[in-house]
Amino acid sequence: MKREAPRRLLDYAPLVFPAIMLLVFFVVPFSTMIAVSFFRRDPAGFYTPSLTFDNYERFLSPFFGGVLGFSILLAVMVAIACVVISFPFTYLLSRASRRVQIAWLVAILSVLSLSEVIIGFAWSTLFSRTAGLTNLLVMLGFMSEPQALTPGFGAVLTAMIYQALPYTVLVLYPAVVRLDPMLLEAARTLGASPLRAFFNVVLPALRNPVIATSIMGFVFALGSYLLPQILGRPKHWTLSVLITDQAIYQSNMPFAAAMAIFLVLMSMALVALTLMIGGRREARV
Amino acid sequence: MSERALGRLIFTLVAAFLAAPLVVVLGVSVNERQSLIFPPQGFSLSWYAQIFLDPGWKAALMNSLLLAAGAAALAVLIALPLAWFSWRRIAAWTNVFQWLGIAPFILPPVITALGFLTFWATSGAYGQSWTAVISHAIFFVTLPFVTLSLGFNSIDRSLVEAAATMGADDRTVLRTVILPLILPYLVSGYAFAFVLSLNEYIVAYMTVGFTMETLPIKIFNALRYGYTPTMAAVSVFFVLIAGLTFGLIAYFGDLRKLLGALPGDDR
Repeated sequence: MKREAPRRLLDYAPLVFPAIMLLVFFVVPFSTMIAVSFFRRDPAGFYTPSLTFDNYERFLSPFFGGVLGFSILLAVMVAIACVVISFPFTYLLSRASRRVQIAWLVAILSVLSLSEVIIGFAWSTLFSRTAGLTNLLVMLGFMSEPQALTPGFGAVLTAMIYQALPYTVLVLYPAVVRLDPMLLEAARTLGASPLRAFFNVVLPALRNPVIATSIMGFVFALGSYLLPQILGRPKHWTLSVLITDQAIYQSNMPFAAAMAIFLVLMSMALVALTLMIGGRREARV
Repeated sequence: MSERALGRLIFTLVAAFLAAPLVVVLGVSVNERQSLIFPPQGFSLSWYAQIFLDPGWKAALMNSLLLAAGAAALAVLIALPLAWFSWRRIAAWTNVFQWLGIAPFILPPVITALGFLTFWATSGAYGQSWTAVISHAIFFVTLPFVTLSLGFNSIDRSLVEAAATMGADDRTVLRTVILPLILPYLVSGYAFAFVLSLNEYIVAYMTVGFTMETLPIKIFNALRYGYTPTMAAVSVFFVLIAGLTFGLIAYFGDLRKLLGALPGDDR
């Protein structure tokens, strides 16, 4: 059966329920948030309607600039680390047997689905003084006594990589699996070593998926809201943490909404970039 | 170093990285006394029993399970007709809804959560438990939508053609040919949404955080007052649920195909 254009109004019927749900519960909330970002804060309730740019003006403060700079720096570091780990890993995975691949995919999906609360808690345990990694180092004689590695920048960074890594592997996986094995064979026949073939043939062939993956990792790290709170100090807070903090604890929804809009615009620009790169890839296949 | 050895090394390192925090959590969850010590001292499963016996944790578990079951069902109900329509019909302007089906999951979660917070607060329903079900369903609708779209695209259109030629109308084709073929994709879409909803924190927190405790909210609230081994037990419990669910999907379906590897390229 070929795809057909709807001829009667009734042909649109299946679309009604999904369309209503998505419009009412996604488009309307999103628009509400945009509207609220121009409202004034009401200390007694949520907000009072008005048209003010005060919430956006607050972006110009050095404090906000600092948070934004830190968020971006952290996200870039996470993205780079994720690609550096996930690319060779996914490549090796794609060459493993079917059984090994499936076992890994189950493990990766399980880690991917873990709550940010659980990831934060697990790493805070691993980095704690009494139950942590340093106890192992003491046992092996590398350290004289155990110490806590959290709160700290390293702890936040590690946990964020842990959180984003499964997603980056899964974004890379289809592209890497579909890579024509002939490419590599040709390189090997012509005398390239496996490592050389990997860097000179596989990596360039998968340039676009790799770029898409790093943007993905960047957007994910930008969205992390709990790990900096659980594993870092207030100076390690990111834009997402600040939004949560303003919305829930400071009850300043208008400012939270303005920051959220800002974060959306930034992420959307990056996602658009990802899709453009992805689209070009699809077009070529 | 040979390629083989290097490959082993990378696999081992990634496995150690992914497993390390979970192993430590597993260790502290069986400590006999309420202390954060690893390796564990003594052995006790009483913290696991707490999940089901302690009224607070039990209530949070029930809330989470009900929320996840309801939200995943609603997400599938939204995604199924949308995916079917995109597969069956060509209508350019309806592509908007496909984008809307994917957007909630791509945006940073804080944004979606804040959108729901402003929406429910403005509409006056803030804090009602059903608002969390709808919010999660919209937030995770992307997962069944993606798996179902994959499912529809894997259907051999000549099968449907044959049924139509023999006189079956759209409804009969849907019931007797299409639904059986996409059932595995429907089930895995539901399972993905279920497991992620179970683990979700920020949307649940911003919609019903002050009136209802789900397990992730309960763990976070408990974390602020210090450590109890029950949260370690809950974490292990969650990892097991996720592992079991995805293991079952892999056993009964084709996980590689579901994650985008080309169909039929068996190794």
